[in-house]
Formats: sequence, C-alpha cells, structure tokens
Amino acid sequence: MSDEEDDLILSELPDEELVPQMMDDLYDGMKEEVEEGVNILLERGWTPYDILTKALVEGMAIVGVDFRDGILFVPEVLLAAGAMKGGMEILKPLLVETGAPRLGKMVIGTVKGDIHDIGKNLVAMMMEGAGFEIVDLGINNDVDKYIDALKAEGADILGMSALLTTTMPYMKVVIDTLVETGARDDYIVLVGGAPLNEEFGKAIGADAYCRDAAVAVETAKELIMRKHNRGAD
Amino acid sequence: MLSDRQLSEQGLEARGNSSRLLLLACGALAREILALVEVNGWDHMDLQCLPAKLHLTPERIPDAVEAAVEAARNTYDDVFVVYADCGTGGLLQQRCEALGVRMIDGPHCYSFFEGNETFAAHAEQEITAFYLTDFLVRQFDAFVWRPMGFDRHPQLIDIMFGNYEKLVYLAQTENPDLDRQAREAAERLGLGYERRFTGYGDLATALATLQT
Ligand code: B12
Repeated sequence: MSDEEDDLILSELPDEELVPQMMDDLYDGMKEEVEEGVNILLERGWTPYDILTKALVEGMAIVGVDFRDGILFVPEVLLAAGAMKGGMEILKPLLVETGAPRLGKMVIGTVKGDIHDIGKNLVAMMMEGAGFEIVDLGINNDVDKYIDALKAEGADILGMSALLTTTMPYMKVVIDTLVETGARDDYIVLVGGAPLNEEFGKAIGADAYCRDAAVAVETAKELIMRKHNRGAD
Repeated sequence: MLSDRQLSEQGLEARGNSSRLLLLACGALAREILALVEVNGWDHMDLQCLPAKLHLTPERIPDAVEAAVEAARNTYDDVFVVYADCGTGGLLQQRCEALGVRMIDGPHCYSFFEGNETFAAHAEQEITAFYLTDFLVRQFDAFVWRPMGFDRHPQLIDIMFGNYEKLVYLAQTENPDLDRQAREAAERLGLGYERRFTGYGDLATALATLQT
C-alpha cells in the first residue's frame, strides 16, 4: 500500500468514496478498517441493512468472483471473510432491532468424517448477509444432528458441505433418512463443496447443488419463493 | 537428480526407456514410483509426471491427464494413470474410462500408501488427523505453509487447523531426517505427532499387476 493510503482518514470521506474504500479494505482483509467504516456509516444514519448489503455483501461478492477466477486464493478469502465477520458482528444486533427482512432459516454443517469448514463458513456468512437466519452445526455432522436441528429450529433449508470424495456420499444418507421419515418435502436441501457437481446433486436427491456462496444465496432465495407460492395455493 | 521443486512446478518428462507402458503420475509420486521400478526391475515401464502442484487445484487434473494421455498414445502401447481420485469427485475416474485407460484405486495418496482398506477402516476414528507423506514432508512449505498463507498471516493457522489434533506422518521410507522434519511441521502447526511406517502400500501392489 502507498503512504497516501496509509494516511487515509475514513471519517473524512463522503459516502460515495467511503463505501468503495470499505470494499477495498474488505478485499484486503483489513478487519479494523471495515469495522470503523461500518461505525461511521451508522453514525451517518445508514440503516444496518443498507450497510450490510451495499458495503459488506457487495464487497464479499467481488472476493467470491476473484476466488472463482483464480485471482485470490484460500488465505485471502479467509482474511476477507474475517473482516466481513467483524462488520457483521456490529450490525447483527441492530438488524434484529430494525426489523430487517427475514427470508428463512437454514441449518448448515459439514458432513460426518469431514472437517473442512472454510467454504461452509463462507456460505453461512453470505446467506446471513442476504437475510437468512443461520444455525451452524459446524463440522463432522451425522444424520441425527442434522435432522434434530432441522426439527428443533423449524428450519426451511438444509445445507450440507463436503470436501472429500469419501464423505460426499454421506449426504445421500441424510436425504434418504428425510425421505424415509416423510420429512423430505418439509425442507429445501442445498449441497456444495469442491468435489461435488450438478449431476451428483441430482443423483442424491438434493434440490440444488451450488458451486459457490453467491449461487447458494440466489438459489435459496428462488426456492424459498417457490415454496411460499406453493404454500399459498 | 530429481528436484522436488521441479516435480512440484513442472513435473517430469518421460525418459523414453521403453515404449510399452507409460505410467502417467502425479509429481508427488515420482520418487516412490522410480524406487519401485528400480528394485523390481520393471524395465518395460516409463514414467511421466504432471506437476504436483495440481494437488491444490484438483478441478484441473482431468483435463491435464487427458491431454497427456492423448499425447502419449502414439508412443506407448498402454498408459496407466497413477493418480487417486484426488478430490475430483469421481471425474478423473470417468475421464480415464472414457479414454480407455486404467488408474490406481483410492481417494488420495495418503489412503493408497497406507492401504485403502486400512485407511478406510480407521478414517472415522481419526478425523482430526492431518497426514503427510515423504513428498509432503519435504515440500511442507510449498504445499501447506505458503499456499495456506501461514508465512504472511500466522493467525490463519488457528483458523485452519483449529479442529485438528495430530499430524500423522505416513512414512514411505526409513529416514530419520524426514521424521525430524515432520515432527517440526507438527510443532509449527501446534499439533501432536505420530509417525507411521507404510512403505509403498497399494502403490506397490497396483504397479505389480502391470506385468507383461
Ligand atoms: C484448505 C484445504 C484444507 C485445509 C482445511 C482447513 C479448514 N478449516 O477447512 C487443511 C489444510 C486443514 C486440509 C486438510 C485436509 N484435506 Co484438504 N483441502 C483444502 C483445499 C486446498 C481447499 C479447500 C477450501 O477450503 N477451499 C476454499 C473454499 C472457499 O471453497 P470450497 O470449500 O469449495 O467452498 C465453496 C463451494 O464449494 C461452495 N460450498 C461449499 N460448501 C457448501 C455447502 C453448501 C450448502 C452450499 C450451498 C455450497 C457450498 O461454496 C463455497 C464458497 O464459495 C482443497 C483443494 C481444493 N482446491 O478444493 C483440499 C482438499 C479438499 N483436501 C483434501 C484432503 C485429502 C485433505 C486431508 C485428508 C489431507 C491430509 N493431509 O490429511 C485433510 C482432511 C481431514 C478431514 N478429515 O477432513 C483433498 C481431498 C481429496 C479427496 N479425494 O477427497 C483436496 C481436494 C486436496 C487434494 N487434491 O488432495 N485441507
């Protein structure tokens, strides 16, 4: 970074320069600067929802695209996610107070035998940023953990992540159990993780395979809307 | 002399010692395969390796393998692909079938070095283990430390390895130096350490079936 940027005083920037600057800081994983930017916008009377969607989520979407295109790598994505999380921690309680839109509730976790969680965490965060309530079960989840949580939370969506070829078939065990207990249609099932593909998602009976967090958000929104429409008639 | 750096970045060109069978392998397996070929006198086998760094972007492996198989067809009677699934989610297997070439069984090299059955049998009891092979011990910085950003951002170690408890070094050879380096790697990651001698495991048995 140049000296000029080091001296940048965020609070002196007008909104239209501050927001892009926050997106840059997010991209560079600068958590404190992102948190500072969030606080400044709050002071200026922005709604928590606008800050979340117009600065943080949009910034993270750029990170997602550059990761997909091989411009950014795993560590940079993790740092950016950490910065976004910092900003979200400030906004979360305020979002509840200000009645930001709630799109639905998702239970998400990495499947049994697998402890990769970077992608899963990213999806959880972007879904939360888009207005979904998230129940994160963490790693190494067996079928009972998923199903107990779905019921206890009254969730709309189940999200499963797997990064190992040896653990991805376990998703089918979970879906089959939902089918056997007659609960399959109560939930939208989304699956993801680098070794998966569209064909696999179909074969195991998921509603959708999502290649990345942005696709997960779009797909979830669309399927929730369809579910509501169906519920109406 | 083989250089690990070259095996990681460029791979290894075929020697042209035989036109019967080409072993098309991951660069991370070059030393082990050459050792087996030598002790067993498998003179009918030639070896070509793709860059080991494909490990970090497995989605590129099927295309890279296909291109190499196509290029080798005119020179060799047969090609055997020495790649496990390696995170391609079954796509490499499908591609090999379409190309009409065989490949080694197993999800990844940790598994076939230990023996696929043995590995699968303890996988559930050992999910908080992180494995290294001889190659990865020697190339720990190039394949783990730097790509995971630990040289620049040490705070990421906890984020990435927070759920791990021990590093298990699956040793292909008896080598006190590698044992020491693996133990050091475990310390740097803040993990416990275990060394487990595997030898060449299913790699040896799979190649032994390629006799003609
Ligand atoms: C980082 C990494 C690790 C880190 C994990 C840190 C962590 N806390 O998660 C470390 C180094 C610790 C690790 C360990 C291991 N790993 Co690893 N790892 C990777 C690597 C390089 C990147 C994965 C990643 O995080 N990508 C970044 C995120 C952002 O992408 P993503 O996970 O794909 O997620 C995106 C999408 O897939 C999608 N998505 C993901 N989940 C979900 C869920 C839902 C519901 C939806 C909708 C979408 C979605 O959205 C995400 C965001 O855009 C991959 C190789 C690769 N390029 O995939 C190997 C890889 C997955 N690992 C592999 C292996 C073998 C292991 C180990 C066994 C290795 C070992 N030496 O012991 C252990 C596993 C232990 C265990 N029991 O789980 C293999 C798998 C091979 C196979 N046959 O399955 C791979 C493919 C590497 C290889 N070529 O060998 N690994």
